[in-house]
Amino acid sequence: MGSEQPTPRQIWEAEFGASPIRDADYTTLSGIPLDPVYGPDDGGFPGQYPYTRGPYSSMYRSKLWTMRMFAGFGTAEDTNWRFKEIIRAGGTGLSTAFDMPTLLGLDSDDAMALGEVGRCGVAVDSLRDMEDLYAGIDLSTVTTSMTINSPAAPILAMFIAQAERAGVPRAKLGGTLQNDILKEYQAQKEFVFPPRQSMRLVRDSIAFTAAEMPRWHSVSISGYHIREAGSTAVEELAFTLANGFAYVELAMQAGLPVDTFAPRLSFFFNAHIDFFEEIAKYRAARRIWARWMKERYGAQDPRSMQCRFHTQTAGVSLTAQQPELNIARTAIEALAGVLGGTQSLHTNSMDEALALPTEKAARIALRTQQIIAHETNVAHVSDPLGGSWFVEELTDEVERQAEEIFAHLDALGDGSMLEGAIRGIEENWFQGRISDSAYELERRMNSGRRITVGVNAFTEGNEEDQIPLLRITNEDEQRQRKRLAAVREDRNDDAVAAVLRRLGDEAADPEVNLMPTLIDAAEAYATLGEIMSTMGTVFGRHVEVPTI
Amino acid sequence: MTAERILVAKVGLDGHDRGVKVVARILRDAGFEVIYTGLFQTPETVAAAAVDEDADAIGLSMLSGAHMTLAPLVVEAVRARGADIPVIVGGTVPDHDLEELHEAGIAAVLTPGATADHIVAEVRRVLDSTSVT
Repeated sequence: MGSEQPTPRQIWEAEFGASPIRDADYTTLSGIPLDPVYGPDDGGFPGQYPYTRGPYSSMYRSKLWTMRMFAGFGTAEDTNWRFKEIIRAGGTGLSTAFDMPTLLGLDSDDAMALGEVGRCGVAVDSLRDMEDLYAGIDLSTVTTSMTINSPAAPILAMFIAQAERAGVPRAKLGGTLQNDILKEYQAQKEFVFPPRQSMRLVRDSIAFTAAEMPRWHSVSISGYHIREAGSTAVEELAFTLANGFAYVELAMQAGLPVDTFAPRLSFFFNAHIDFFEEIAKYRAARRIWARWMKERYGAQDPRSMQCRFHTQTAGVSLTAQQPELNIARTAIEALAGVLGGTQSLHTNSMDEALALPTEKAARIALRTQQIIAHETNVAHVSDPLGGSWFVEELTDEVERQAEEIFAHLDALGDGSMLEGAIRGIEENWFQGRISDSAYELERRMNSGRRITVGVNAFTEGNEEDQIPLLRITNEDEQRQRKRLAAVREDRNDDAVAAVLRRLGDEAADPEVNLMPTLIDAAEAYATLGEIMSTMGTVFGRHVEVPTI
Repeated sequence: MTAERILVAKVGLDGHDRGVKVVARILRDAGFEVIYTGLFQTPETVAAAAVDEDADAIGLSMLSGAHMTLAPLVVEAVRARGADIPVIVGGTVPDHDLEELHEAGIAAVLTPGATADHIVAEVRRVLDSTSVT
């Protein structure tokens, strides 16, 4: 060869050399120096297309994953207190869990909210709750994730309104809105409006954040709930990426060039107990996303092709029996996430098969991540399992099976992955696959072919004293209703009525982006229930046909 | 003899439907006739459906922590219709709630990790004890 083409290693070396590196001792316990990555000079490297080995050239040597612990319970004041605990304990990002009424866009004084207020997360009825939720937390430095979907757009509007009142302009806000409505119909089932109407709100929030919030992740495309609902690892991967393709097509149809929004899409995967299959899943996810974004959607910005993801350990793998064993399960699952190159991680607490975590259980879960990060040295070397015959072949097989699912959805949508995803929901295809997989796993458990320690084997010790559990009383519900009553008392009802009228008019015009008016509604202290029911009169409601 | 009818229901706002669907299939495989209400039911709609469908038992699947509020309301709604249909709760129920649920008239509680055999045996036990009294 006459011209000197740099090898992949030389390209990687140049990029790595230009990256900031954390100060740490990059040797083994015995003093053997560790390279940042291993492999042949002409092989794949992290930070290089198709990113199988990681989205960035220096990975954890530049920045450890974000230890992002999901929290939320009771009133906004209660959760604000827990957030501050997490930051004091060394957590590096916040993740907000909302209660079920909030997830469904209902106010805490709605009849359907009875018994659910503040139970599975924090209750947010209005801007007042949002203000108390993040009081005293510097949102220009701490990134925030919000797990909300059907009412994602109005909750984002409240978040923007409170941050700007606290002096942080929207352009400086860093964080993630889950905003992944497709998986709600497929798995999580906290839906409100019908799929096509909901997708309009997703479009509006993608377009708004692409224009005004450069540090914001507009959608966290989530496999976590698909897996928790019972899918296999391959289904989790394939359904999630297919949903991602659907959002890409949605935004492109709205006229947004792919590279203006795709860099701000992120993913959220499960870390289940099958260690190597999970690692293969993460590696395949990066490779598939890169190829599809480049080849099918014409992305040119490498950031549009880099699959970055959050990971949470598997709630369904936890057992109520001998709950301390869940610490071991969670550690193994978290390790899979780290070896798979996750960008952030939530570790479940040992008591979560039965309740929201106690403070101590949540601290142990965070400490588990800190052990992996600081004691084991596993973060020193990127993609340490790359080149393993087993892991490489499993990665290829997971990818191959995912492509079969994409081909099915592409055909279902007559060449549109967006249409395929929506029709798959309308025809109950995703829901049926997930139910079938859940039942198949249950049958293998019940036959004894799969062992769960403490459940169908090794049960000695199950009768010992239980660990203490967090109790949430109905007092929280009462307190939240009083808070909401005070908001309704204090605000200007005429202003609320006017902004809701405007919202209803704009909702009826599919060309309008609803985000600016949603921010106005938040600032007028319209409640989430009022905002959602205003849109609901235009959009209608989704009802799932019950199937076993 | 016709199969006994079990109405399985999701009451309240909780969308977690993996458990209810798996249990529904387990019961169906065990020979019961199973009716699933779908999501987002109220105590009233569940009681009405159970009476209309002539159910022999009601199974409530609850994973949101709202069982202490909602499960007793289902029992009350069934009784208010003059019916005597036992209510079984399955889901994330901590031990410290068991006694109060039994006092509220819940016939059985199935907690995480319950095997298919155990679920079928408990339903059978509840049905047998109801038909005797």
